[in-house]
Formats: sequence, C-alpha cells, structure tokens
Amino acid sequence: MKHLLLGSAALISLAGAAMAGSHSEDIKIGVILGYTGPIESLTPQMADGAELAMKEVTDSGKLMGGAKVTPVRADSTCVDAGAATAAAERLVTADGVKAIMGADCSGVTGAILQNVARPNGIVMISPSATSPALSTAEDDGLFFRTSPSDARQGVVMTEVLMEAGINEVAVTYTNNDYGKGLADSFQAAFEAAGGSVTISAAHEDGKADYSAEVGALASAGGDRLVVAGYVDQGGSGIVRAALDSGAFDTFHFPDGMISDKLVENFGSEIDGSSGQHPSPSDELATRFTDLVGGAFDATSPFVPESYDAAALIMLAMQAAGSSDSADFAGKIMDVANAPGEPIQSGELAKALEILADGGDIDYVGATGVELIGPGEAAGTYRVVGFENGEEVTAGRK
Amino acid sequence: MDVLNALVAFANFVLVPATAYGAQLALGALGVTLIYGILRFSNFAHGDTMAFGAMVTILVTWSIPLVFAWLQFNFPTLLFPIADWVLSPFGVAGGPLPTALLALPVGILVTALLLLGTDRVIYGFYRQQRAKPVVLVIVSMGVMFMMNGLVRFVIGPDDQRFADGARFIVSAREFKAMTGLREGLAFKTSQGITIVTAVIVVAALFWFLNRTRTGKSMRAYSDNEDLALLSGINPERVVAITWIIVAALATVAGVLYGLDKSFKPFTYFQLLLPIFASAIVGGLGSPVGAIVGGFVIAFSEVTVTYAWKKVLGYLMPEALEPSGLVQLLSTDYKFAVSFVILVIVLLFRPTGIFAGKTG
Repeated sequence: MKHLLLGSAALISLAGAAMAGSHSEDIKIGVILGYTGPIESLTPQMADGAELAMKEVTDSGKLMGGAKVTPVRADSTCVDAGAATAAAERLVTADGVKAIMGADCSGVTGAILQNVARPNGIVMISPSATSPALSTAEDDGLFFRTSPSDARQGVVMTEVLMEAGINEVAVTYTNNDYGKGLADSFQAAFEAAGGSVTISAAHEDGKADYSAEVGALASAGGDRLVVAGYVDQGGSGIVRAALDSGAFDTFHFPDGMISDKLVENFGSEIDGSSGQHPSPSDELATRFTDLVGGAFDATSPFVPESYDAAALIMLAMQAAGSSDSADFAGKIMDVANAPGEPIQSGELAKALEILADGGDIDYVGATGVELIGPGEAAGTYRVVGFENGEEVTAGRK
Repeated sequence: MDVLNALVAFANFVLVPATAYGAQLALGALGVTLIYGILRFSNFAHGDTMAFGAMVTILVTWSIPLVFAWLQFNFPTLLFPIADWVLSPFGVAGGPLPTALLALPVGILVTALLLLGTDRVIYGFYRQQRAKPVVLVIVSMGVMFMMNGLVRFVIGPDDQRFADGARFIVSAREFKAMTGLREGLAFKTSQGITIVTAVIVVAALFWFLNRTRTGKSMRAYSDNEDLALLSGINPERVVAITWIIVAALATVAGVLYGLDKSFKPFTYFQLLLPIFASAIVGGLGSPVGAIVGGFVIAFSEVTVTYAWKKVLGYLMPEALEPSGLVQLLSTDYKFAVSFVILVIVLLFRPTGIFAGKTG
C-alpha cells in the first residue's frame, strides 16, 4: 500500500512536470542595440553576451518550468531616437517581447524608456547607458542599468588625473547625452577638487574634418586632453588631429574610448595617456571569459554588463513566477542585491533552482552587480594606462 | 619672435589643415559639378563612390606586398629588380610615399567600371525615358544606398588604416627643434600629397576640358544638348567619358581623404554635405566654382570657429593679453557656418559665385 502510494505520488509529480513542460512559455526578450551607427563595432559582442545568458537559462530548462527564452534583435542606431523608438515599438507590439535588454546609448535609451517602455509597461535594463540624467528620469520603476552613472565616472576621472598631478585639462565631448553628461559631471567634480577646465568643446561624430575643434582646444591649452567620445567615431578623429598637429601629446580616455581599436589606431603615440572604464575585478572577468570560451570577445566593453542585464531580467521573472513586466519589475532589486546566495556568471541554473524553491539570491554575475539608488550599478572602474603602445591596467577604483 | 610664433600657430591650426581639407572638398565637388553640368542631375551617390574607390585602392594596397613576394620568388632575375625599383619610393619598400598611390590607378579603373555599369543598368534607362532631373536625383539616392551596402559588405563598417611611408614632412616636434620657436608646425606627408595631387588633377582636367576635342565636345553637350547632337557629337561617348573622369576624381578624392584622416564608410557618406555645399557655393556646373567653393567651405569652417587666444597672446602686449578664448563662434556651430554661407550665396547669387547652371 505504502509503495503504491509513493508510486502514484511520483507518477503525479512526473505528470505535473510533463504538463508544465508542455505548457511552458516561449519568452521573447528584446535585444535592442546600435548594430549600425557610432558604436557598431561594440554591439555585436554585447548582443552575444546577452544571448549567452538566455541560452544558458533555456538550456537549463529551469525557468518557470522549462520556459524557452528567445532573443529578438532590433537596431537602436545609437543616435537616432526616432528610429530607435520605432524599432522598440515593433519589438513590443509585433514581436511581443516581455522585456528589453537595452538600449545602448543614453539618448536613445531615454527615448525608448519614455515612448515605449513606460506606455507599454515593459521592463528595460540597459547595459551601457551611463548618462546621469537617466538617474532622475521618470521610469515608473521599469528602468534599470547594469552600468554605473557617469556622475560616478566623473569623480573617478578626477581622482585619476589628480593622482597623476594634472590639474589643468581641456575637454572635448561627443555632442550627445552621453558626452555632454560625462563632460559636465567631470567638470563639476574636477573643479570641486581644485582643477581647472580650460575649454569644454563639443565635437560631432562621423564628420569629415576636426581641424577646427583641435584648433580651438590647442588654443585653450591644458596638460592633457580629455576625450569623452567614441573610439569608432569623432573621438579617434580628434586624437589623430591633436597628435598630428602637436596640440596635445597625452590624453585621458573615458569608457567610450577604451577599446582595442584605440591601441590599434595610435599604438605608442598615446604613451603616457590614461583612462578608465567600468569593469569588474580580474576574478569575475576571468570567470566570464572562461564561460564565453572564445565564442566572442568577452573583454569588449559592456559585454559582461549585457550578460548581467539579460540574466537579471530572467532571474526576476523566476522570482516573480511570471514573465509579465508588471509582476517582475519589483523583483529585480531583490535578485540583484543581498541578502541571499551569491550567484556567479555561469551559475544561472543554480540561481533559478534556489528561486524556484523560494530562496534568496544575490546576483554577482559577470560585473559584481550591486544596484543602488534608482536601480543603477554602483560600478567598479578599471584604471588604464598606456605604455610602449600597450594598454595596461593601472589599478581599480 | 612672437610674431613668428603667432604666424606658426596660425599656420599649424588653420592654414595647413584647411588647405588640405579644402583640396579634398574641391576634388569631391568637381565630380559633383561635372555630373550636374553634363548629365544634369545632382548625384547623391558621390560620397559613396568615393568610399568605393578608396576601398578598392585599399584592397589593392594590401595585396601589393603579396605580389611583390610572388615576383621575388618566381622571377628573381629580371622582373623582380624592376618591381623593386618601381616600389622603392613607396612605404611598402621603406620609402616615404604611401603605397596607396601605386594602387590608385587600379582603384580608378575598377570604380570607372562600376560607374559605367551603373550608368548602363540604371541611369541609361532613365535617360532614354527622358526622365526629369528630380527623378534622377532620387534614382541616385537609390544607387547611394546600394553602394553604401556594397562597401560595407566588402570591407566592413570599421575604420581601416592604410597609410604607410613617412607620416610627416615636418613634424611639430622637429619644427620646434629646428627653429627654436615655441610653436610647432606639422606638415603631414598626406597633406603635402593632397595639395600636390589636387593641383595636378585640376590642371589636367582643365587642360582636357579646354584644349582637347573630347573635352570641347563635353562642354558643348553641357551647354546645349540638342545643338551638340545636331553637330554630330555622340552622346553616349560624352556620358561614358564623364563617368570615367568622375570615377578618377572620386577615387583620388576618397583615397587622399582616407590617407589624411582614415577610411570609414560612414564618414564618406557624411562628406556629401560639405561637398554639395562647396559645389553649390561655387556654382553648380562650374569647375572653377567647385574648387573655390571647396576652399571657401573649408576655410570658413576652420577660421570662424578658431579660438584666437594663442595667436593674440603672442601678438598683444602682456597687459592686453586676452583671458577668454577669443572665439567668434563655438565649434558646435561650424556646420552652421557653411550653411549660412550657402544661404547668403543662394539669396544674393542663386547661381553661385561662378554663375553655374540653375536648373
């Protein structure tokens, strides 16, 4: 009798699992990044990072009883708010995505948040929008980011420059929300620390010629030129023109400029320059690189952040037991922060199990995620130096 | 001494870069203006034609070392020494000139084939229909998108560096050491080549248009199509030669621009704006106008937004030294400057400075 009871109980639970399996959802998550435009050389790896997390979850078969997660890519263009909004609208209305991993650049991210995410009540987590303005934007609790705000980067930059004994700099920034936000937050922090900014001049991306900008920057002078731009775009154009005309010998590069491309373009010409970008500790980075295993470039900027953004969305869904944004938006802070079992990258299956059993997790992920304030990463920065044509790690902040 | 410093600073940040940029714009605008004058439409695909020509040249540049190695291996006695001698002034063999110059003729040839092909398949059809110029403009936009995609498909959307040889004729640091001045003057090889090549190309073009029979028939066709046809000028020949010249101009302009800055398809697309501004300011259809327009646009972009602090700092007595930047307009407005010039020219001289065609 006892055996029969146990047996039927086992059978029922099996059937239950099978039923769940057959009813399991196909959850679509939008991956909206600028596949064309100023950061088109960074975005393919970012998308790969996010899709890696989705594949990991799908393969585990543990999300809400075996749900399958399908990424749907859309092009944010990085610069064209209209095109980005239309692409996001299509994701939500035509493809029926449950959440958005993206967007990338701050301007289009703000546009999608206000025009698509809020009206439709869709959660979005950006891996790379760093404008300070997004911290205070109305978001109905739907917007998060796994990269830190540039208000923090401005302070870190000031520290790096002050420690190098530099207190007079010229600043040029790419003329958009990211560049302007970073330049302003840096200038405020730098001047508060006793430094002086001789000029803060915008440059347009993708333009033919930067002699005018470099002429003005050189005239204003300074010990170092801060280039708050994009390496694929005007940023490199400005550096090239400044080096060629002998206007500046050393530079300081914030996150948009740190890329293999920079060393490839300028080699030893930028020796003595400095920079920083949000980057996890070596341990987390190595772990993530091993997880990726050479499938794509895991060390490219914002790739681990993209993995984490996608992972947070799916973990929050599991915690809420629902793929509906209204249900899981409130769970994102819970799964990202303590208390709970720390979850490394590649341990999503374990995290899903703990959540399914009603436990707590503290998602660490690929970047050591810790969400603060209005749902943005606190951020650790890797300080970068340039020696003999190589990019070297000069510390962390 | 201070006057010299001021002059050098001015030359380094205004005169030299604006002259090189102006020469690049002038070559681009010449192509646009020729098509407008002879084929009677504004060719929006010109920026991407430049990108295509530069792309072919880059690919050939990259393959030159391979050809060189192959010659060395297979023909060590006769052909290799000749190739060695031909290559010696170029970067690939350690010389000062960029190897891309050697690859340029191939780039021009392939681009000419592409343009002739486009003309046969696309523009020729609309010419036969006697389509209005505005239709051809839209058609050229379609061609622009096709070329845009083609270039990105072949070489990718990224930056490509293909400049080799000596970077500088005089670098800022060498100049300072040489003269003992506080200001440096950099003169890049690419800037020197740009200016010299532009002069040669422009001279050759004017000689061709004014002195040769074919050039004269092209001008006749441009002035009055019907009259030209009546006097026995073969229109297909004029059109074909125009496309070949445009291919040469576009490829030269694209390669010079790429050598001076860098090659990136997106930037070439963006070049369309200043190129059209140059052509219109100078007078669409007028070759002299295109050259003048190119320099007007380049110099206005650089001078109006230049911060004169440094130059004035050298010239003024210490007490009067400016504390501000002495900048007429912030660099944000440099494109506004070209547009203002464009608007003024269109208001007061709608045909451009050198009275081109109106429509």
